[in-house]
Amino acid sequence: MWQLFHKLGSPKWFYGIATRLMPWLLVGGALLLLAGIVWGLAFAPKDYLQGNSYRIIFIHVPTAFLAQSVYIMMAVAAVVTLVWRMKLADVFVKAVAPVGLVLTFLALFTGAVWGKPTWGTWWIWDARLTSMLILLFLYGGVIALDRAINDEKSAARAVAVLVLVGVVNIPIIKYSVEWWNTLHQPATFKLTEKPSMPAEMWVPLLLSVLGLYLIFGWLACLRMQTEIIAREQRTRWVKDLVMAGRH
Amino acid sequence: MSNNPVRVHAVAEGVGVAGAMKAVFMRDMKVAFRQRQDLLNPLLFFVMVVTLFPLGVSPEVSFLREAGAGILWVAALLSVLLSLDHLFRHDFDDGTLEQLVLQPQPLFLLVLAKTLAHWMLTGLPLVILTPVLGIMVHLPGNSIGILCLTLLIGTPVLSLIGSIGAALTLGLRSAGVLLSLLIIPLYIPVLIFGTGTVAAVSEGAPVGAYLALMGAFLVLALTLAPFASASALKISMSNS
Amino acid sequence: MAFDSLSAFIAMEGHGPYVWTCYGVFFLLLAGLMVWSRHRRSVMMEACRRNYERQDQGQQRAAKPAATFTRVEVSQD
Repeated sequence: MWQLFHKLGSPKWFYGIATRLMPWLLVGGALLLLAGIVWGLAFAPKDYLQGNSYRIIFIHVPTAFLAQSVYIMMAVAAVVTLVWRMKLADVFVKAVAPVGLVLTFLALFTGAVWGKPTWGTWWIWDARLTSMLILLFLYGGVIALDRAINDEKSAARAVAVLVLVGVVNIPIIKYSVEWWNTLHQPATFKLTEKPSMPAEMWVPLLLSVLGLYLIFGWLACLRMQTEIIAREQRTRWVKDLVMAGRH
Repeated sequence: MSNNPVRVHAVAEGVGVAGAMKAVFMRDMKVAFRQRQDLLNPLLFFVMVVTLFPLGVSPEVSFLREAGAGILWVAALLSVLLSLDHLFRHDFDDGTLEQLVLQPQPLFLLVLAKTLAHWMLTGLPLVILTPVLGIMVHLPGNSIGILCLTLLIGTPVLSLIGSIGAALTLGLRSAGVLLSLLIIPLYIPVLIFGTGTVAAVSEGAPVGAYLALMGAFLVLALTLAPFASASALKISMSNS
Repeated sequence: MAFDSLSAFIAMEGHGPYVWTCYGVFFLLLAGLMVWSRHRRSVMMEACRRNYERQDQGQQRAAKPAATFTRVEVSQD
């Protein structure tokens, strides 16, 4: 058990695994994502309430879903950083936070553009939109704190504390924003999925969610590799790797 | 780190946990009353921000009555935020904080004492000032009462959550702005329920449940925030 | 196929601009992030390589001791 843990904590080992894994993640992710999107855009039936604008769902839901689960993954990594001081965990948090920020922005953007034909306005203070906006702030805070601290080790631990404080707050924020929303406006404006989505709609949606997950995996591997090279540049294996010249 | 930790230990061991907390608390109060301007600044800021709203948006009684509680809450939140930078800064600069970290007593209790002092020096005066400003924005009497009550429960939460941010950004270059970036998202639930409670009163709805929820926030913040800020403090101290 | 013609597919019954803006921004940002992340790794490798070369041909100083790359503090019981 600890042997495996040791291995998992080794940047060198991870670098090798990531190199081997990345082509699969990229190809698989791109294929799934494109299949889901093409299916959703051209073949899935029209939604009888919202018309064709609902086709934004095939990118909106994957980005929103991933934006939230990336934060959860970061929180798990933060626990690992604080408890076991595993280097790879904080490499992960650092590498992945900007990706989470971009995904959150995309979820917000697609939500806003979707809102225009559906609700007749670009932005409403809908509970979900608002909590996504707050998630964007949380990502921004994590990135800003990480940039502000020069010392690598304290940056890692400080960011881990912040991520954990954030993750404790996320359910509270979500709940209070929902409560606030019902207080301020009638529920008619709420974006609700229809209870039963036909298979021609949810299968492509599932494909694009999976595809984006794999693309995220690829991005995470790539960015972690970059971070590992930066941190381990004094080691023999990184020198061999870099001097071998194969990128 | 410290030149002479032995002496501090010897003093601290004699007093016990409660005594140490009391010592930290009293010291912060004394230091604050020697620099009275630092005490006044957040209050002045509070009054000024509230003044901006009638000037900037509308002096209409109907608008102010409707938005008044929100304005006061946002202004209070910002003034607490403004004062947070001082929470650990002076002690960090003159080395007192290092001594605190080295104490035999658990650091989170000492941090709790410091945060409590911070609240007494900023949050509490804000609450006391609120009725005056409440009258100025034409809030009805019962709303003012509830507003004070929500601020009384809410401002300690602001201080507690804020202490985490203050500890995390300690010793950084642009600490002030960074602190706001980190902390404002975490303040949102308190703000929502604080203003929501006042809104419920003005609609004649019962407020017991809202107040209970705010109390729950306070208990949660009291139990969790000191741990987080203590560990953040340790990280920041090892950094410098 | 949910559409009769290509022009109908592009128009999306008037919702085309919204749908295509979303997909455009999505692909632009995602591809941008992917390309940029890749670029950053090559830049990093290039910088490291130049560093190593300078060290090697430079004053022939003794190489800095290789750091250990795992420091997992666990009790081995």
